[in-house]
Amino acid sequence: MGRTLAEKVWDAHVVRRAEGEPDLLYIDLHLLHEVTSPQAFDGLRQAGRRVRRTDLTIATEDHNTPTLDVDKPIADPVSRAQIETLRKNAAEFGVRIHSLGDVEQGIVHVVGPQLGLTQPGMTVVCGDSHTATHGAFGALAFGIGTSQVEHVLATQTLPMAPFKTMAVTVEGDLPEGVGAKDLILAVIARIGTGGGQGYVIEYRGQAIRNLSMEGRMTVCNMSIEAGARAGMIAPDETTFAYLNGRPHAPQGADWDAAVAYWKGLATEADAVFDKEVVIDAAELSPFVTWGTNPGQGAPLGESVPDPVAIEDPVERAAARKAIAYMGLTAGQKLRDIAVDTVFVGSCTNGRIEDLREVAGIIKGRKVADGVRMLVVPGSVRVSLQAVSEGLDKVFTDFGAEWRYAGCSMCLGMNPDQLAPGERSASTSNRNFEGRQGKGGRTHLVSPQVAAATAVLGHLAAPADLSTAGV
Amino acid sequence: MEAFTTHTGTAVPLRESNVDTDQIIPAHWLKKVTRDGFEDGLFEAWRKNPEFVLNQPERAGATVLVAGPDFGTGSSREHAVWALQNYGFKTVISARFADIFRGNSQKGGLLTVVLPQETVERLWALTEADPTAEITVDLVDRQVRAGELVADFEIDDYTRWRLLEGLDDIGLTLRHEEDITSFEATRPTWLPRTQPVG
Ligand code: SF4
Repeated sequence: MGRTLAEKVWDAHVVRRAEGEPDLLYIDLHLLHEVTSPQAFDGLRQAGRRVRRTDLTIATEDHNTPTLDVDKPIADPVSRAQIETLRKNAAEFGVRIHSLGDVEQGIVHVVGPQLGLTQPGMTVVCGDSHTATHGAFGALAFGIGTSQVEHVLATQTLPMAPFKTMAVTVEGDLPEGVGAKDLILAVIARIGTGGGQGYVIEYRGQAIRNLSMEGRMTVCNMSIEAGARAGMIAPDETTFAYLNGRPHAPQGADWDAAVAYWKGLATEADAVFDKEVVIDAAELSPFVTWGTNPGQGAPLGESVPDPVAIEDPVERAAARKAIAYMGLTAGQKLRDIAVDTVFVGSCTNGRIEDLREVAGIIKGRKVADGVRMLVVPGSVRVSLQAVSEGLDKVFTDFGAEWRYAGCSMCLGMNPDQLAPGERSASTSNRNFEGRQGKGGRTHLVSPQVAAATAVLGHLAAPADLSTAGV
Repeated sequence: MEAFTTHTGTAVPLRESNVDTDQIIPAHWLKKVTRDGFEDGLFEAWRKNPEFVLNQPERAGATVLVAGPDFGTGSSREHAVWALQNYGFKTVISARFADIFRGNSQKGGLLTVVLPQETVERLWALTEADPTAEITVDLVDRQVRAGELVADFEIDDYTRWRLLEGLDDIGLTLRHEEDITSFEATRPTWLPRTQPVG
């Protein structure tokens, strides 16, 4: 029986296999940021250990960094202490770091791919659950906890329990105006926030093949919101074209050898997945969340569900609670939900294509009265590219705030937060209670929906703009 | 890491599903650079409500958390485990845990016990009716006992052994350092290195 992509990558990294023990896997790339690493470095120091492979390790500052006044010292003393701790640790242990102000700084999951450090067939880990993003390249990439960060720093390996495989096949073509974000929100609503637990998901099918690398990253990024260990897409010409010429991509004869290897990674025709989900792309439409977990979503054309109609008692209670927290009423049309904030950014949708998409929709229009819009590029490189294309001007002319790179309002660890009761349409990945600020209410949306929502002031898709005559 | 063999204590019945790590420990607590002092951040938003189960005086000193399904979803923050431990919890029972949370808790010695939802419901009923009711989580026999209730649970042998012995994973791995070194010799040379280029 043939093997799947995930099984091939796993097998190629087994350092040690022993009966009754988890496999010991080698890690090709370890990404660090300021939030989940301090206690790990502390552990090394206490045990007198060093970083085994500084040449496979890289750090960036993203979660706490401000997106305004970045040339001044960070105002929040605790954020500042955490970032300074990372800088001190990187210097002490000899780890490459991209600090605030550096041209390669940005969200860890945007930085790795854009440097060409994320490549097919690799194992990639980071103390961050959205590490799944890197699976878009056909890498096996998973989020780990701080103890595991310490383990990888010390040994460059991780003992890992085996996983199950799931195929999510999206057949056919996505309709006009429906993108990667809508697709993954629909997948999560279908399988549920726990549906992927224990699985590595491989996204397949024509609609996935047709996605750009950036769209593929959006899809894989949110695998964790379905509970999956990781999400992957087999590498193909789109992957190779994206990588070719990147700073850390192989060159010359190495490139040829690498491509030959990468081509052999695809799931074999007779491989069997433990679970299969098939979705018809033609049935998808712009998708938004109404609740407080990413599985509580629906097509934009529908309404807030009535909990009474939900059969599962646990789900019903969760829906009831979410609707109350979100300040909505059952049966309310999703399009009637007015927002006061629109956030464009994060490791889900803070890349250049996302910004282009948004700019294309809002160009020549004005932000709705009373709506605040924040556009936060995922990295400094993305920011520079946007400026070179004049996108920053489009955003500011529209009435949006154009900010410096970082995680920003995705999780509100820096000053970019929702006030209690405020409501956002956000291109990020989590709508948990208080995620974007205490008492804040989040609707997860695609960049296209974010843009149209900013114009109209209520949840909307670009097609609504011509209907509304704006 | 502290070894875990058998633990008996009173419980907090948490009738919530999908308790994500942002609820367990909100993001602003993540700025700390130590492993302790997270107890006040545990369920911080919910604790503002005087009715919240953790605020009930009879729950003081409870060490067993009995939660709804899909406990620990969301971010990979290990601070969620530390917050539970700092508060005094030794073990969490649920019908389903998020994978990363489960991994983190096993690393840190917080035992996560998976029981069917109907057993969880019985534990809720029991501990709601009598806050002094004790639950015993016996890792040696892989069994949970409370009142009349006896329920077996599964846990893989390796994790169980590590928890019983209180063994540190890094030390265990470093016993196989030679295997790591020989694996490294076989890695293709074109794999990327993070050293700055150009
Ligand atoms: S953008 Fe959001 S999800 Fe992504 S790494 Fe930053 S905080 Fe995490």
